[in-house]
Amino acid sequence: MAKKVLVIAESRESELRNVSFEAIAAGKEIAAGGEVIAAIAGENVSALTDALVHYGADRVIKAENEKLSTYTSDGYGQVFLQIINSIKPDAILLPHTSMGKDIAPKLASKLDAGLISDATAIELDGEDIVFTRPIYSGKAFEKKKVKAGVTIATIRPNNISALEKDESRSGEVFSEDVEIKDLRTIVKEVVRKSTSGVDLSEAKVIIAGGRGVKSEDGFEPLQELADVLGAAVGASRGACDADYCDYSLQIGQTGKVVTPDLYIACGISGAIQHLAGMSNSKVIVAINKDPEANIFNVADYGIVGDLFEVVPLLTQEFKKVLQTN
Amino acid sequence: MNIFVIMKRTFDTEEKIVIENGKISEEGVEFIINPYDEYAIEEAIQLRDDHGGEVTVVSIGSEEVEKELRTALAMGADKAVLINNEELEDSDQYTTTALLAAYFGDKEYDIILGGNVSNDNSTGQIGPRLAEKIGIPYVTTITKLDIDGSTATIERDVEGDVEIVEAQLPLLVTAQQGLNEPRYPSLPGIMKAKKKPLEEIDYDELDVEDDEIEAKTETIERYLPPKKEAGKVLDGEVDDQVQELVKLLRQEAKVI
Repeated sequence: MAKKVLVIAESRESELRNVSFEAIAAGKEIAAGGEVIAAIAGENVSALTDALVHYGADRVIKAENEKLSTYTSDGYGQVFLQIINSIKPDAILLPHTSMGKDIAPKLASKLDAGLISDATAIELDGEDIVFTRPIYSGKAFEKKKVKAGVTIATIRPNNISALEKDESRSGEVFSEDVEIKDLRTIVKEVVRKSTSGVDLSEAKVIIAGGRGVKSEDGFEPLQELADVLGAAVGASRGACDADYCDYSLQIGQTGKVVTPDLYIACGISGAIQHLAGMSNSKVIVAINKDPEANIFNVADYGIVGDLFEVVPLLTQEFKKVLQTN
Repeated sequence: MNIFVIMKRTFDTEEKIVIENGKISEEGVEFIINPYDEYAIEEAIQLRDDHGGEVTVVSIGSEEVEKELRTALAMGADKAVLINNEELEDSDQYTTTALLAAYFGDKEYDIILGGNVSNDNSTGQIGPRLAEKIGIPYVTTITKLDIDGSTATIERDVEGDVEIVEAQLPLLVTAQQGLNEPRYPSLPGIMKAKKKPLEEIDYDELDVEDDEIEAKTETIERYLPPKKEAGKVLDGEVDDQVQELVKLLRQEAKVI
């Protein structure tokens, strides 16, 4: 049976995040011919609505208000609840990002609904929407469904393919009037710390460093390689514990779980807790001095060698071949 | 200050996962306090030391959770509460939230702390769900917390950036790595912990109806990912290896 699906889209620095389009694709599958409605909130989001249609939304609801300039659970919660109550969807999808992780449980609690977090795949089994999600940081997986009532799920970036952009698609854009009141948390300031614009959870390519980088400066050659490939830089727990980098870069069972197309592990031994966070990456490259390092057991390609020699050479080689294209 | 911590007992991060009869096997598994909850406990103890008051650590699970609760008491928490759900067949984040909300129903609290996620199911739902259910604001993934009177000034990790947030108590916060360095229980701490109060409540003693705790979700299947085969370790001179790798990534793996 056709279903009505609400997709809550997300923008970052005035651009839609790709996971919004991935969630629309997931919504299309669940809708099974029904309607997919995308909702976007912010101070000024009018420029973003067309893209949501081009990527598959049948209709877009935008909510604009100066109090929505930065995300707060109270502000965005009021907006999305108002939209949910007016369109009464069968399913609600959100990105499994900082925003989605923060707001989805609030909405689910308010709606007395089941929530499936961090879905990496979706299939339909008759009337049931079955989600696949990693547990124990990817050491195992489970398939889950919501038993009754509205189904809410958050979608992990980089796992469900977005639809092809089709600029000939058209869809109506509605404006939701919202009055934002009683904000109990106030964002005073946002300090941008991410070194490059590429976010770890959404990055297609990740260059990660372990204890082998030896110091904070040791991350420099990794950053140079990342810049050439448009990649994000990550780290193992060892590197974070040794203070070579910020904890926000940590990948592993404590830290972030990532699934990029390409993961290049530099000077990382491959402790179980790190592997949990990255072993579901599509292609893994290991660069390590120790040929016995555990990381080689999960790597597709390995180079036994000193990362300070190999990484700069790799940067040069990529520069060369990417320029000639 | 009335300070509460919600804590979960989880598998040690170094454990391998074995599935038996569709369930995750617990045989021979080492359990720990969920690492993110350890930050919450440490922060709670520091808050109490700075502002006075009492730290109560609350957990849901079987009697075995007593071990982790004793560890929290040995770190310095004042009281522990175990909500025993062994008799409860089916449980999900909706259930857990309903039980905790019922527990907090008649309590006075200034702040509730928890981990931002558990290292087993990793849903990160309980903090925000609970705050919403009991009607207080929440701030997730915090890396710094200062309380002055009834105002909390917080730094939170937002995908690598830092947001500075202000909120009024009562408040729920969830801890992110980097918040603090959790202490190890000291020997005197361990001795003292044995005498600290650990209250056990059966879940059905709480003021909550059966239909209010019925799980909303159902697990259909659990499975292990296919085992990855060891790949190709390149040989030759470093220059050749690097060239070969770039070629493989472009032509064989097609990821660049």
